[in-house]
Amino acid sequence: MSARRRHPLLLPLLLLLLVLAACGSVTLGAVPIAPSRLLAVMTGGGDDVARAIVIDLRLPRMALGLLVGGMLGLSGAVLQGYLRNPLAEPSVLGASNAAALGAVCALYFGLAQMHVLALPLLAILVALIAIGGLFLLAGPSESPLTLILAGIAIATLAGAGISLSLNLSPNPFAAMEIMSWLMGSLENRSYAHVLTALPCVLIGAALLIADGRTLDALTLGEDGAQALGIDLRRARLRLMLGVAIGVGGAVAVSGSIGFVGLIVPHLIRPLTDRSPSAILVPSMLGGAALLTFADIGVRLIPTTNELKLGVLTSLLGVPVFLVHLMRERRLW
Amino acid sequence: MVTIRAQHIVVELGRHPAVRGVSLDLYPGQLVGIIGPNGAGKSSLIRAMLGLVPLSGGAVSIDGSDISRLTRRDVARQVAYLPQGQTLHWPLSVERLVALGRLPHLGPLSRLTAADEAMVDAALTRADVLHLKGRIATELSGGERARVLLARALAVGAPALIADEPLAALDPGHQIDVMDLLRAQARSAALVATVLHDLGMAARYCDRLILMDRGEAVADGPPAAVLTRANLAHVYGIDAWIGEEAGRPVILPLSRV
Repeated sequence: MSARRRHPLLLPLLLLLLVLAACGSVTLGAVPIAPSRLLAVMTGGGDDVARAIVIDLRLPRMALGLLVGGMLGLSGAVLQGYLRNPLAEPSVLGASNAAALGAVCALYFGLAQMHVLALPLLAILVALIAIGGLFLLAGPSESPLTLILAGIAIATLAGAGISLSLNLSPNPFAAMEIMSWLMGSLENRSYAHVLTALPCVLIGAALLIADGRTLDALTLGEDGAQALGIDLRRARLRLMLGVAIGVGGAVAVSGSIGFVGLIVPHLIRPLTDRSPSAILVPSMLGGAALLTFADIGVRLIPTTNELKLGVLTSLLGVPVFLVHLMRERRLW
Repeated sequence: MVTIRAQHIVVELGRHPAVRGVSLDLYPGQLVGIIGPNGAGKSSLIRAMLGLVPLSGGAVSIDGSDISRLTRRDVARQVAYLPQGQTLHWPLSVERLVALGRLPHLGPLSRLTAADEAMVDAALTRADVLHLKGRIATELSGGERARVLLARALAVGAPALIADEPLAALDPGHQIDVMDLLRAQARSAALVATVLHDLGMAARYCDRLILMDRGEAVADGPPAAVLTRANLAHVYGIDAWIGEEAGRPVILPLSRV
């Protein structure tokens, strides 16, 4: 087999998909808007209904799809590289559920009404605790199984916490709201949500993208990486903060959306030289495009209630997860 | 040129003391073999000398500076390390894998320069794996992979090289190639220390042997002085035939004592 290199069309293709997803997200939806009305809105005119739908509903939704999807794709790629485990991703490892639990706590105890930042901050904090706990539990163990089991334990615990609040919630409306954190959705989001997610995703991505070289060195294991001059303790700290802030901020606006971080790196990896650093940026672009397409999907699939985004991504992601879990030979 | 000095170092793994107060100096230009039975603390000793395990006592210094004050990057530029039985976690190409050896020299976000690539090719050539450059490292045979990993360590271009059992999984011909390579590296004024299990190779190639037993260095000196029947009986619990070939000792383990 000859050396693999990055496919020359990978980045152009991803950028094209990204543009298509963004355009699709603005043009397509439950209420059809003719291209001429759309064009009028885009050029600053248009009728009030079209303006309201496109500017106030579809544009923030598109922005959130790109931000959340990009963050999930990137953190999946980083976690897989850091943990040397192709099954790692924020939701499998419990980070997404933990962030959702933080958000639900903020809602349940009324902190979210006291200050706008309470919800995202609590989501980030609980995600940080979950990732810290995971790294402690799995420790220096190189076994993929230990890590996945620890992740499942954390995800289940956080899920149980959310279910508890659901169980104890005072009225059905509160229950509905809490439930949407479990399933993940980008329905009815506003620019306030975009403003919450944007700084978190930017900070998270900046912390994560800089560490590609550390991830490459970890191909040789922790000793090997340290002997190549990598300060693993600092790298681990950057990475935990990056995932917690980015995923925490993303989950704070979208709820827990699973499996984007798992699928995307797997789709990208065969088109690169398979080094962990090579999939970081492509996974971010790919995650943004995939989640935005999925979000267009839930709008167009004709169901009585709009399908929740997290439900769709899980339905798509679980088969991928199983296929890889069952592959005994490490050929990824 | 670099010297590494260990003074009374103590390493504990969990509660078990793996190294108990070993002092030794490693100098450039010498091929040093570290031998001893399984569990004698050989790997812990060299990991301590690289600053990869915390010391419970004593100190390690590289060229006079205490290793705890050096950054990981400083150590990495001075000392290349070839760990024991390394697992490769991603299916990288051989070229990409060996190029990891240049990491300690790269600034953040900079790319490999032509000089770095020349170092990578030189390392591939020296380890006799240039023809494998385009292959996937995880698909190689055990012997090929061992030599590729050695090339990765050589690509660092550090003045010191510490290897942990580089001969494991190699056939006799390639064992001789690797020992020739390590000796040539030492002759070019590098500091080379390697953990070895093959006493014959240790006797034939090394300028100096350090015999470890239960966490202590029980003998240190030229092969003929270290590999005595009494030492082998005491430390390994074996009876061995010791002969001589071209002025070098030849060791043949015969039986348990």
